[in-house]
Amino acid sequence: MAALPAVPPGPPLVRLRGIGKRFGPVTVLRGVDLDIYGGEVLVLAGENGAGKSTLIKILGGVYTDFDGTLEIAGRVVRPRSPLEAAALGVAIIFQELSLVPTLSVADNIFLGRPLTRRGFVDTAAQRAAARRLLDQLGLDLDVDRRVEDLSLAEQQLTEIAKALARDARVIVMDEPTSALNAPEVEKLFGLIADLRARGCGVVYITHKMEEIERLADRICVLRDGEHVGTAPAAELPPARLVNWMVGRELGEQFPRHAARPGPERLRVENFSVWRGGRAVVAGVSLCVHAGEILGVAGLQGSGASDLFAGLFGAYGRAVGGRAWLDGQPLEIAGPRRAIDQGLAWLTNDRKATGLVLPLSVIANTTLADLPRLSPGGWRHPGREQAVTRELAATLALRAASLDLEVEALSGGNQQKVVLAKWLQTRPRVLLLDEPTRGIDVGAKREIYQLLNDLTARGLAILLITSELPELLALSDRIVVLHRGRLSAELTRGEATPEKVLAAAMGTA
Amino acid sequence: MNAEVRGPKSEARSPLGRLWANPASRALLALALVLALGCVFHADGAFFKPGTHRDALRQASVFGILACGMTLVIISGGIDLAVGSVLALVAVTFSLLSIHRAWSPVLAVPLCLALGALCGGVAGSLTAGFRIQPFIATLAMMVFARGLAKTISGGMKVSTAVKNPDGSYDYVPVPGVFRFIDSRILGDNLTVVTVIFVGCALLTWLLLARHRWGRELYAIGGNEEAARLSGVPVVRTKVLAYAASGLLAAVAGMCQAAQEQQGDPEAGAGYELTAIAIVVIGGTPLTGGRGGIGLTLLGTLTIGYLEKILSINAVPEATRLMLTGVIIVAAVLTQRRRRS
Repeated sequence: MAALPAVPPGPPLVRLRGIGKRFGPVTVLRGVDLDIYGGEVLVLAGENGAGKSTLIKILGGVYTDFDGTLEIAGRVVRPRSPLEAAALGVAIIFQELSLVPTLSVADNIFLGRPLTRRGFVDTAAQRAAARRLLDQLGLDLDVDRRVEDLSLAEQQLTEIAKALARDARVIVMDEPTSALNAPEVEKLFGLIADLRARGCGVVYITHKMEEIERLADRICVLRDGEHVGTAPAAELPPARLVNWMVGRELGEQFPRHAARPGPERLRVENFSVWRGGRAVVAGVSLCVHAGEILGVAGLQGSGASDLFAGLFGAYGRAVGGRAWLDGQPLEIAGPRRAIDQGLAWLTNDRKATGLVLPLSVIANTTLADLPRLSPGGWRHPGREQAVTRELAATLALRAASLDLEVEALSGGNQQKVVLAKWLQTRPRVLLLDEPTRGIDVGAKREIYQLLNDLTARGLAILLITSELPELLALSDRIVVLHRGRLSAELTRGEATPEKVLAAAMGTA
Repeated sequence: MNAEVRGPKSEARSPLGRLWANPASRALLALALVLALGCVFHADGAFFKPGTHRDALRQASVFGILACGMTLVIISGGIDLAVGSVLALVAVTFSLLSIHRAWSPVLAVPLCLALGALCGGVAGSLTAGFRIQPFIATLAMMVFARGLAKTISGGMKVSTAVKNPDGSYDYVPVPGVFRFIDSRILGDNLTVVTVIFVGCALLTWLLLARHRWGRELYAIGGNEEAARLSGVPVVRTKVLAYAASGLLAAVAGMCQAAQEQQGDPEAGAGYELTAIAIVVIGGTPLTGGRGGIGLTLLGTLTIGYLEKILSINAVPEATRLMLTGVIIVAAVLTQRRRRS
């Protein structure tokens, strides 16, 4: 593909100028300029949280409230819904597909704008049109099959067919290969080449270096919501690209004390985790010592979170390999067993999997430790209040009352409640997945300080964070996962943003 | 209030607003309105007679007992449609054992309780263990238990008239346990059924408010996945909630049999819906994770008194039903949590 001219001639299909977006007080995009041309594959690159998804959601009419101007085919527009964006020729294929699983392929392709005859859906015409469309795309799909019976790859291809049925000129794909196997990926890449040849503009978001090298005509890099630059792929070799993505000053905002690792706490050997028949973690070996923070780096789909879930027993027994905690074999048999053995897992989504929002601070804090706090089954409200008050003081939790529903707390304080819940179980190993996600700077600092205190008391911590500076500053050692496998292990001294990111993208 | 704190509770600025934000005070207001209605339409002073209140409570008690079990299930995020049929099944069984077989209550009562708990436990296992939706699993149990009640009774009411092989009837005396349950105490001012209801409410309150199991029930209703990852035994906790609901339906069934002095296989039809209405009018939301027995107690009194006031004023049943429908909507509208 690189043989063709990097920027095709002609005016751009889409012109974005000075795009900015705020969520409340948080600015997630600032002054982004971007052109999308027909007949090119434009890769949108950047770390997690760089603003890639926000940008395409603006383009796709999901976010309607933004700064700057959006021009499609020379006209300034402001799509107010994905449907309007589709009418303007922009189709976005999200990771969560927008197909109706119980309808057929043909029905899905024409959903929302059916072919009709005298007011009724003309099924025969739809099937024929869908058939023609799929043939043009070189897709061998039965138009009568229900979408839920298709493989994920076939569903994705159906989604693309649906976009083309609406005459989409710009097609945006958000990490389309994250759930595909190798032959399916090839099929998708073939289709992308075809779209490009037909003069469509393809915007492709990916974290995988090999895909960037293979597909990109041009690369646009975002970092912290700002546009770093856009360049032809030939001018951005992997090393330079990574540098563009990371290039950021690391201030002294992360106070990590010098670690004094003690004896080995957790050892994991040849550990694998299966989800939906796929090994999302494959043969990972690692160890973490008392008083140590082990950073687990990896981009989306790396399996880092699955590693935690697998160790904690959240996926049941769909795991392989062996693990030891303080020299004893770790028995993986569900959350209760994990907690009793001294594991604690702070998940990366406190509202979905961390907190019981309608319950009080006390109820949430004591939830995982109820068996020990309630000998004989009867609760001791006074004792529960006492331990919660103590933890609230340790964590500088600010709540008007400990009887307040956690729903009413700010994000930072909610996160502290989740931490309090796990500290109450007196863990030996803390698995932290995005402990500072979505909380303000002040609360972050307090959590960093807390991690220092905890390791000083001999806890071992495994840490996942998508903020690279945070990972580098907090971790005593870093292991990097790429597609479920260990791709690098770095000491604090060795670790640089470039090395970590390169390993995470699979180029190390 | 701290600047970090936001949300519905801190929005209630005035003391009155804060009071209004509390579901208990809203449920109390509904009850007060109903009682005020009674004071206005007192039917020539009938509303002020102690007997009226005794009867209102007596009639509400069976529903109240069912509603206590329903509260447990609803807090866990589920629903139990089987309680009316389980009530009938137990009423029939209890009558058969006590009247026809002359079993001692020492044996008959525990057996009936176990039967109710078993029905609830099976429905609970279907929903918690096999992941059948609570609505479907308990609907199946509702139909099954009704059929079982008809099978056991041969489709006939089990009364003190015992059929002989030659087709003639012998009339046996009402068993002592029936007469006891249907008797009055405190100088005729309170029925034993009401005492049983209060006992059931107290017991379920104790479990919900003071036992680990109750707390875990709230946690499951509020966020099942978070509860599971916090080590809560989700399946066991939920099965126990349905079993408890079945057990309380058995208690209600025995009370019903005693009051009617017979076991009617058609009894209790639609009672599950009244129980749900009571829970909802009290202010326990069907979404789970919130609410409590105190609210259900208020809901029971509201519905019970409303029925009584309408009946002493000789309002036709058709009108009563329509009014109840309106009241349910009104209660739910006032109980709705406002978005922050």
